[in-house]
Amino acid sequence: MTTSSSTSFVNIGERTNVTGSARFKKLIMAGDYPAAVEVARQQVESGAQVLDVNMDEGLLDAHHAMTTFLKLIAAEPDIARIPFMVDSSKWSVIEAGLKCVSGKPIVNSISMKEGEEQFLAQAKKCMAYGAAVVVMAFDEVGQADTKDRKVEICERAYKLLVGIGFPLEDIIFDPNVFAVATGIEEHNNYGVDFIEACKEIKARCPHVHISGGLSNFSFSFRGNEPVRRAMHSVFLYYAIPAGMDMAIVNAGQLDIYDDIDPELRQAVEDVVLNKDPEAGDRLVALAERYRGTDVVAEKAAAEWRSLGVNKRLEYALVKGIDLHVVEDTEEARLIIAGNGGRPIEVIEGPLMDGMNVVGDLFGSGKMFLPQVVKSARVMKKAVAHLLPYIEAAKEPGARGKGKIIMATVKGDVHDIGKNIVGVVLQCNGFDVVDLGVMVPWSKILESANENDADMIGLSGLITPSLDEMVTVAEEMKRAGMTMPLLIGGATTSKVHTALRIAPAYDGPVVHVLDASRAVGVASTLVSDTIRDEFVTKTADEYEAVRISRANKGQSELLPLETARARGFVADFAMKPPAPVKPGVHVFADWDLSDLRDYIDWTPFFRAWELAGNFPAILTDEVVGESASSLYADAQAMLDTIVAEKWLTPRGVAGLWPARREGDDVVVTAPSPLRGEGWGEGQPSSAAPGTAPHPDPLPAGEREQKEVRLPMLRQQIAKREGRANMCLADFVDTQDDWFGGFAVGIHGINDHTARFKADNDDYNDILLKALADRFAEAFAERLHKHVRTDLWGYAPDEQLTNEAMIKEQYRGIRPAPGYPACPDHSLKPILFDLLDAPTATGLELTESFAMFPTAAVSGFYFGHPQAEYFGVARVGRDQLEDYAARRGADLKTAERWLRPNLD
Amino acid sequence: MTPRERFNAEAAKRILITDGAFGTEIQNWKLDEAAYAGSLGLSHDQKGNNDILAITKPDVPETITREYLEAGSDIVSTNTFSANVISQADYGAEHLVREINVESARIARALATEYEAKDGRPRFVAGAIGPTNKTLSLSPDVNDPGFREIDFDYLKGVYREQIDALLEGGEGVGVDFILIETVFDTLNAKAGIMAAIEAGDALGRDVPIMMSMTLTDLSGRNLSGHTVEAFWHAVRHAKPITIGLNCSFGAEQLRPHVKTLSAIADTLIMVYPNAGLPNELGEYDEQPETTAGLVGEWAVAKQVNVLGGCCGSTPAHIKAMADGVRGLEPRAVARPEVRTKLAGLEPFTMAA
Repeated sequence: MTTSSSTSFVNIGERTNVTGSARFKKLIMAGDYPAAVEVARQQVESGAQVLDVNMDEGLLDAHHAMTTFLKLIAAEPDIARIPFMVDSSKWSVIEAGLKCVSGKPIVNSISMKEGEEQFLAQAKKCMAYGAAVVVMAFDEVGQADTKDRKVEICERAYKLLVGIGFPLEDIIFDPNVFAVATGIEEHNNYGVDFIEACKEIKARCPHVHISGGLSNFSFSFRGNEPVRRAMHSVFLYYAIPAGMDMAIVNAGQLDIYDDIDPELRQAVEDVVLNKDPEAGDRLVALAERYRGTDVVAEKAAAEWRSLGVNKRLEYALVKGIDLHVVEDTEEARLIIAGNGGRPIEVIEGPLMDGMNVVGDLFGSGKMFLPQVVKSARVMKKAVAHLLPYIEAAKEPGARGKGKIIMATVKGDVHDIGKNIVGVVLQCNGFDVVDLGVMVPWSKILESANENDADMIGLSGLITPSLDEMVTVAEEMKRAGMTMPLLIGGATTSKVHTALRIAPAYDGPVVHVLDASRAVGVASTLVSDTIRDEFVTKTADEYEAVRISRANKGQSELLPLETARARGFVADFAMKPPAPVKPGVHVFADWDLSDLRDYIDWTPFFRAWELAGNFPAILTDEVVGESASSLYADAQAMLDTIVAEKWLTPRGVAGLWPARREGDDVVVTAPSPLRGEGWGEGQPSSAAPGTAPHPDPLPAGEREQKEVRLPMLRQQIAKREGRANMCLADFVDTQDDWFGGFAVGIHGINDHTARFKADNDDYNDILLKALADRFAEAFAERLHKHVRTDLWGYAPDEQLTNEAMIKEQYRGIRPAPGYPACPDHSLKPILFDLLDAPTATGLELTESFAMFPTAAVSGFYFGHPQAEYFGVARVGRDQLEDYAARRGADLKTAERWLRPNLD
Repeated sequence: MTPRERFNAEAAKRILITDGAFGTEIQNWKLDEAAYAGSLGLSHDQKGNNDILAITKPDVPETITREYLEAGSDIVSTNTFSANVISQADYGAEHLVREINVESARIARALATEYEAKDGRPRFVAGAIGPTNKTLSLSPDVNDPGFREIDFDYLKGVYREQIDALLEGGEGVGVDFILIETVFDTLNAKAGIMAAIEAGDALGRDVPIMMSMTLTDLSGRNLSGHTVEAFWHAVRHAKPITIGLNCSFGAEQLRPHVKTLSAIADTLIMVYPNAGLPNELGEYDEQPETTAGLVGEWAVAKQVNVLGGCCGSTPAHIKAMADGVRGLEPRAVARPEVRTKLAGLEPFTMAA
């Protein structure tokens, strides 16, 4: 007869979830489905009551993996006997899964994230497929964090579902289990919020169930299983009576409440129930004692202060703890001095030993950049303490592994990447001489000679820096140098290095892809044994690149005239109306706390070489811990930046009548180019959008001047029906409008100087990275202000930050120097139109880099069909044509367009 | 009143009677190929294509339907068990799917209307949907368990075509209910439910579903492995007007499963078993009184709301059942507590 399972708390097997099980992910990625089916079988055998199946992995065809796996386990009666949970963040994957499930499954999940309409459409589909459904407490605004938000969203969803006749007992709310004890005060109450919300939701929404992902809760304690298990058990201990009745959990990994060490249990309870503001810190402190199952390791972790001094230094370096480093360094110095040793031996001995451990962990992917930079901070503090003693002993220049001169080349001001590489090299025993930014070749060569350097590292972010690097290489050759030259930075590439830089210099030239490669390359180049082999190999590799380039028979370019004939034909019936507020508008001090909401975090993590999208990166299996910690530090610094007003965002936007002539945008602007009210400087208290604006210039009262902005057109042969795009295509030949903007973040210098003085590279890099984010956020925010107010063609636009980051708005803001208009040299024209130096305090270097570095400038195109594209390679014919349109000689134009030429 | 309301109202008063077998009745006509094929000029041999008779020899289904109404049926089903493109492909008659269904519905409707007019007792028309000979849950290739011959969307489309044709003409012309019967694969049934829901949405009307599972082993599972209770959990979202069992075994073997279903289903129960198990020659020889006696026990136990027959049953079996249950009180629909009812091959009920 039938076996009817009934239970008061449902545990859902999570091992057949690629996001929850590294092993399962590996099997699926490898296509080893028979072994993956065995994982499912083990889950059922070990008591899972529902089997969660999730295939959300970026590198996986989730649709295919989901259907394949579900069909296979459907054929296994001892697996298929329990209900499945079809789990994906993609509705299409869920629906594909539902078509393979014959019983009554659970869908995980749907929400009101994209609005009511989509939510109800998906709910109706679930009804038609016969599935219960997990509803995430997520609405158009975002994920519910507080109790009130959780209850509000769930109740709203409930009422909507009641309205379409959804079976009430088939609703399972997931009110979001969030991480606690993260060090961020707002997170402290997340446990209480969840538990309280459970009670309220159950009271207000009869018949529903409540589920949640437990592993999120203990996320701060990744790698510390004993503490995580205790947290899960205590959380359930309170959440189940409050109404939580299912959870995605590894049932075998729950502790029995009474068996938890009372001290730990108390600390965990204080965190779960948010007893006091210090509860999190107490648990963090206590947690170290429980880390690992190895008793020796546990003891060591808890009692590292009682270790020998060398081990203490190593521990401090690996953990990035600078609290005791000066006293420990001093202790080490006294011991060595007592034995007749020299102060330098502290560095060469225990400190370098510790840094070697860090280097090994980083090299093997067990530590990540933010942690390494913290380690470097500890190291620098120790070295700073020793320096006076070393100087006093007047020892001959002790050498580390090798000496590296590092510089951001002339014309370029970007140095975050270079600083990171410098720190990583220092961590690995290299002596780094950092010449800073905008360094002319003469100074680089001079410094290399003075310091008897082993190699030179050049960095650059903007495309003109590529040419400057070639210049440095040529000058090194002229000076008869042979030391290795390392090339790095966002615009550099192996191909460019092979084609342009390496041929200009006789010594080894190596492109270094990112900071993690820098140590390996530099170590090899100072090695006696493997250097030559590596140099030869690299040279061969670059030669191969050159040969393959020469033979490649580059993809065919269309003649410019043909490309023009195949240009994009915009529908100018759709062009935006004249701006509500034309002319130039200056914003002298935009509100930082307003901009904070517009920050796009994903590039921030990329700057730290942490791969992944925000916010998923915070819970990423590999880098999640590191990313969360970095994010917490960033949030704390943001709090201070805003509270103490460290930074001043200054910006300017202009909207002018314009028309298209061929591939040029011709702007009509008043001459002189300033309106009334210029430089009035908006009060910092002015809310965005309410700041006063200079009156548009009265037509005809001032001499009008025409400014020509030549644009580049794609010449690559494209598939039938695809246009050869040019930005000018988005502007009508008459009666149209066009805009420009520049924003910059001022004020970091005092603070970075302070950090530098304190040997605190970590906070130095953090602040620079945040200033960059503010600049991008300001560009985003100002663009919105233009769309909704100044130009005003989208006054009612309602976009979430996420949608805005995905650029789901109307109109574009391409920046000179980026793919759609790759020529940086348009910036001076734009800056003239805006009088940006006066309006924003931004300056341009000779290579058209903006200073301060945290700055963005660009053009506004308001046409709804306007989109981003890459110009890519252009032909000689366009080069000549462009030079003529710009009134420049061919050689100058060639330099400007170098990256886009053959 | 909608057909659903009229049906529920009638079912509240008495035990209703549906019809019996078509297939075994048609065999008695001993039709030759020419009779099946008519003048359609189809390339394939049509012998055995019972459903095509609606076009080529409509007096056969008309006569059988009339006999069931005479015997006491409240519900007549269309002779369309195989009137879908998958099954008709075997006869090269895929292009006639719509016509077969439209004609079959017309035949059943005309007779139901005639008999209702005669005695004032409501009659209902159920459009029969067979399971096809393909399965969504199982691989036909033992070496490749993940393989499937067809997919959900394809089968849904196949059903949709048949359902649209059965409903054609609207209420009072097309069928009252869609009878998804002889369900050996629960996922096939779910595709049928989806097709019926979507057909109803397209027409902007309620399309009530009758759902009938068939067991393939005595432990009480269908071919896709679902127990009766798991099956109920898996199809409950169809809000079927009836749920039940048909075909497979005789009434004797169905007894425990009818009892189970009766206790849990918050809708009407319809059971129409075969007339016992076939003998060595494939013939059903259970006598009408025997079958009527067995199903009558369920009626007495108040476990059923609708009774009828499947393979081997004749108008005489139906008459015996109708006579046997007359005056008996019907089953009261179960009102189980509200619980989350999930299912794999086995049911899973969550506590409140």
